[in-house]
Amino acid sequence: MFANWPLLSLLIWLPILGAIPLLLAGDRRPAAARTLALLITSVTFLLSLAMLSGFGASVAAAGTTDLGLLKNMHLQENLLWIEALNVRYHLGVDGISVALVLLTTFTSVLVVILGWGSVDNKVAQYMAAMLVLEGLMVGVFCALDALLFYVFFEGMLIPMFILIGVWGGARRVYATLKFFIYTFFGSIFMLIGLLYLYFKTGTFELAELAKVGLGAQEQAWLFFAFLIAFAVKVPMWPVHTWLPDAHVEAPTGGSVVLAAIMLKIGGYGFIRFSLPIVPDASMEYAWIVIAMSLIAVVYVGYVALVQEDMKKLIAYSSIAHMGFVTLGVFISLSLARSGNATGAAIGIQGAMVQMISHGFISGAMFASVGVLYDRMHTRMIRDYGGVVNTMPRFATLFVLFAMANCGLPGTSGFVGEFWVILAAFQHNPVVGALAAFTLIIGAAYTLWLVKRVIFGEVANENVAQLQDMDARETFVLVTLAIAVLLFGLWPQPLGNLMDAPIADLVKHIVISKGA
Amino acid sequence: MITPKLILLVAALAPLFGAIVSGLFGSKVGRAGAHTVTIAGVLVSFLLSCYTLYQLVTGGWGVFNENIYTWFEVGPLSAHVGFLVDRLTAVMMVVVTSVSLLVHVYTIGYMHEDPGYQRFFSYISLFTFSMLMLVMSNNFMQLFFGWEAVGLVSYLLIGFWFKRPTAIFANMKAFVVNRVGDFGFLLGIAAVLLWFGSLDYATVFRTADATLSGKTLEIIAGHPWQAATVIGVLLFIGAMGKSAQVPLHVWLPDSMEGPTPISALIHAATMVTAGIFMVARMSPLYELSETALSFVLIVGATTALFTGLIGIVQNDVKRVVAYSTLSQLGYMTVALGVSAYSAAIFHLMTHAFFKALLFLGAGSVIIAMHHEQDMRYMGGLKKYMPITFITGWIGTLALTGFPGFSGFFSKDAIIEAVHESHRFGAGYAYFCVLLGVFVTALYSFRLIYLTYHGKERFVVEHKDSTHAQSHHADEHGHHEPGHLEHAPHESPWVVTLPLILLAIPSVVLGWFAIGPMLFGDFFAGAIFVKEGGPLAELAREWHGPGAMLWHGIMAPPFWLALAGFALATYVYLFNRQIAQRAATLFAPLYRLLQNKYGVDDLYFALFARGGIKLGRGLWRGGDVAVIDDGLVNGSAALVQGVAARVRRVQSGYLYHYAFAMILGLIVLLGGLWLAAR
Repeated sequence: MFANWPLLSLLIWLPILGAIPLLLAGDRRPAAARTLALLITSVTFLLSLAMLSGFGASVAAAGTTDLGLLKNMHLQENLLWIEALNVRYHLGVDGISVALVLLTTFTSVLVVILGWGSVDNKVAQYMAAMLVLEGLMVGVFCALDALLFYVFFEGMLIPMFILIGVWGGARRVYATLKFFIYTFFGSIFMLIGLLYLYFKTGTFELAELAKVGLGAQEQAWLFFAFLIAFAVKVPMWPVHTWLPDAHVEAPTGGSVVLAAIMLKIGGYGFIRFSLPIVPDASMEYAWIVIAMSLIAVVYVGYVALVQEDMKKLIAYSSIAHMGFVTLGVFISLSLARSGNATGAAIGIQGAMVQMISHGFISGAMFASVGVLYDRMHTRMIRDYGGVVNTMPRFATLFVLFAMANCGLPGTSGFVGEFWVILAAFQHNPVVGALAAFTLIIGAAYTLWLVKRVIFGEVANENVAQLQDMDARETFVLVTLAIAVLLFGLWPQPLGNLMDAPIADLVKHIVISKGA
Repeated sequence: MITPKLILLVAALAPLFGAIVSGLFGSKVGRAGAHTVTIAGVLVSFLLSCYTLYQLVTGGWGVFNENIYTWFEVGPLSAHVGFLVDRLTAVMMVVVTSVSLLVHVYTIGYMHEDPGYQRFFSYISLFTFSMLMLVMSNNFMQLFFGWEAVGLVSYLLIGFWFKRPTAIFANMKAFVVNRVGDFGFLLGIAAVLLWFGSLDYATVFRTADATLSGKTLEIIAGHPWQAATVIGVLLFIGAMGKSAQVPLHVWLPDSMEGPTPISALIHAATMVTAGIFMVARMSPLYELSETALSFVLIVGATTALFTGLIGIVQNDVKRVVAYSTLSQLGYMTVALGVSAYSAAIFHLMTHAFFKALLFLGAGSVIIAMHHEQDMRYMGGLKKYMPITFITGWIGTLALTGFPGFSGFFSKDAIIEAVHESHRFGAGYAYFCVLLGVFVTALYSFRLIYLTYHGKERFVVEHKDSTHAQSHHADEHGHHEPGHLEHAPHESPWVVTLPLILLAIPSVVLGWFAIGPMLFGDFFAGAIFVKEGGPLAELAREWHGPGAMLWHGIMAPPFWLALAGFALATYVYLFNRQIAQRAATLFAPLYRLLQNKYGVDDLYFALFARGGIKLGRGLWRGGDVAVIDDGLVNGSAALVQGVAARVRRVQSGYLYHYAFAMILGLIVLLGGLWLAAR
């Protein structure tokens, strides 16, 4: 029944436009603002489920000509936006996008619920910013026109900037500036790259750009332009230091969105831009990305070990886990070109599953820290100890998320890492071994955190007075726990969703584009 | 329709059901509800496991190999959950569920005052499920699943008393050290996938020889490694973690921080034997690499002797048994190393019963002593707790290999097999396992004498008071050592019944099982051995258990065990001062054993402290100094310099910044548009 609806536009604009009445209403009625925000995000989430159900039904635009990577794109909307520039309002989703859109709408509902009790200041604006952010993020995952993508990509910075800057902690100004300058700096290069492609081809259509022949030199320049933009977003070592600061200062909801969704846009960018548009350069310089990913796993793992601030620890852990995303994506090139299509598919599948899973797990971890912070107003590990004695329900869930963070089988955290390590070993056993090092260091920093915060005797008066989670908090964490377990025990639906576009991508990157 | 598949599914899932009910609805079902539902689940699983074994032995079923559901499929590669149940699996299922069942019953007595009663039952049932998934797996993915799942439950149970600093240190240590093993294990699985393109046992085993022959891996240029060796060694690193082989053995003694029932179930009878089972299961792969098997052999032999030696100087009753477990796991590993896989499984089986018996007996003593675990404050307990005492002796005789007891058959078979083997390292291994027999007898009888015999070295403060039991399972050590509020007493029937039921197989199992398991074709099709393995040699001289018994009395192991027994008897029963004097006389050696060869300290300094130092260095040096202060803030300072000049535009309101950004974007787009015209 939804086949003919402009579903993707609805998913983008409903939250963005929904923010307007919130802003107009102002601070006078926080309760109404919360309810409205919950309503809008819930409807958006339901619509995204409708997108999933209508996903198989509406086949891509007709025509037997070479659709390239478009052929997996469903629910397309293609309008002319800026005629003179041939910029199109072109939306569409394949399995990869669907997974990420669902992650976005799902997380947004939880974030609104999470902010329900913990945000008291300027509630309406907070909710409005969240809604705008949601719409823009959905837009990023749906855009099939590079410039449209870029607009969403940049636009997204604004509400996040506001979220950290207004509702953030003590050093929020430093953090927002760092966040902003870093990401803006990165995306400028992408813009230049896109402009170059535009002047060469006269189009911003991603599908066209994927087809266009490019020389080795051109590809190299474009590759590095994309690399800078997306590496900052992921973030990859060594352009990662904005993330811990941003996380520490961001309000809980901001942290959750940042970790669960915004980081994924970097990984998504590599899959949508670098691989299809500049496959040869990606192949040639893959070793750089692979090296950076491995540094993320090992080096950042060690850095995470010694953090004293819970949020910083989880932020560094995020960087280490995102290393698997970039690793999985970039080992696929050499695997695909050496005839190992299965290995390449495993790498990309692993990377994608890791992104979705990391969305749940890091979201849950930051939400958990938020639960503690709301009570204790400190993020320092040394201020805690023996939380299990006063918050047994919270402790149970926290241990579950910690185990997921360690990549324990049965949780979603295992699936992606397992595939990426297996694929990396096929690429090069040493790379596989370095990636597998996460088994040890990941367990070390996560369980040490658990030991110091959760277990032990009640550490002090404040911990002794902790109240266990209320129904609202329990709902959010239990929902995330179910997601973590469900995709850990039964990841096949996720695999089915992304199988076709990934198989086609693997076929695409095998072919050299050298002009 | 009752199909084998249904039976196996129920056998695996029944404990999970119990775990979920007891774990999630513990407060609703209450204590009795929790132990009833979990025991029922494990009982069902045990009965069905026995039925499965019966059907497989009598030929009612063929080997069961089926997938249950697809976990993840990528192109032609499929990872799924499925069962491979042959006689090897069925034996493991029976061992796991039987010990688990008895431990469940025992727990009713041991944990009866613990506030975490339901949680404990939930965990041990969850463990049983995980262990079943591990042994029943028909593919490498699920094997890893079960492998890590038992590790998780072990983590939760070692840290069960989460207020104790030692317990929460021990469980973290156990998990991380196991992860070092899993690191190798996962890479081993990756290597299997690399060369076979499949994760299914059946495919891999069937084509192992053809696929791996001639394949090499060259990490260091000029030094190609055989594919079979790479796979074998990597997978075995996993076994070294899980089965606590040197040098990854350090976690097991510390795991004694957990409640005693799980020490028996997880850290003696079942989980720690997962590595042994795994190697036996992978025999078609291991048989392809002499090098890998020699590696296994040497690691096992080292573990068998050197961890046993530490057991001699321990005073904590559970730690003695723990070091004994390490040493016995070493024996099993040695058996694997000489291709006597079925001897390893046979010893795994007998050991599961007598070691569970010894642990549960130690637990019974601990209850009687009001959670005092130090043997220096025990002695003379035999008159207070006759059942524990007698079953303790039975377990000890089985462990030390007294002729006729189950441990005699399984251990002698291993020693004989090593004697027959010509593999590199077999000479060293023979020395280790032979000397190990002496050591085993020494520490085992030391434990018996210090605990049950001799003078009472504890003081009972209120001999007259009735048995108003005041011991809290989670608060031991709050009284002065050696001071008891009440006289020790025999434990309740829920504790002693499992002891009796475990004592029976500890005595008789060897006699019945050795013939078919080692020298018959019991494991045909499940365990693969190349022509001319040591067990085949032994089979030629096999004339039944009676003959073996007769032969055993004349063989060196018996006399070595006797010597150990005699020494222990003399020292700990008649002349205890000698022990003190020996400790002073051989002070450096004594200290070396006390310090566990310094391995723990070394690891702590190197990996824990070293890791933290490295982390700090990378963080402060790399992230903060170079990247942030150098690059980021350096550029930021530059920007700030510029910004100072345009400060007037800076209003301080974020909205204005945001607005400016949007404006900028529009200008940019406008510029683009102009450029394009």
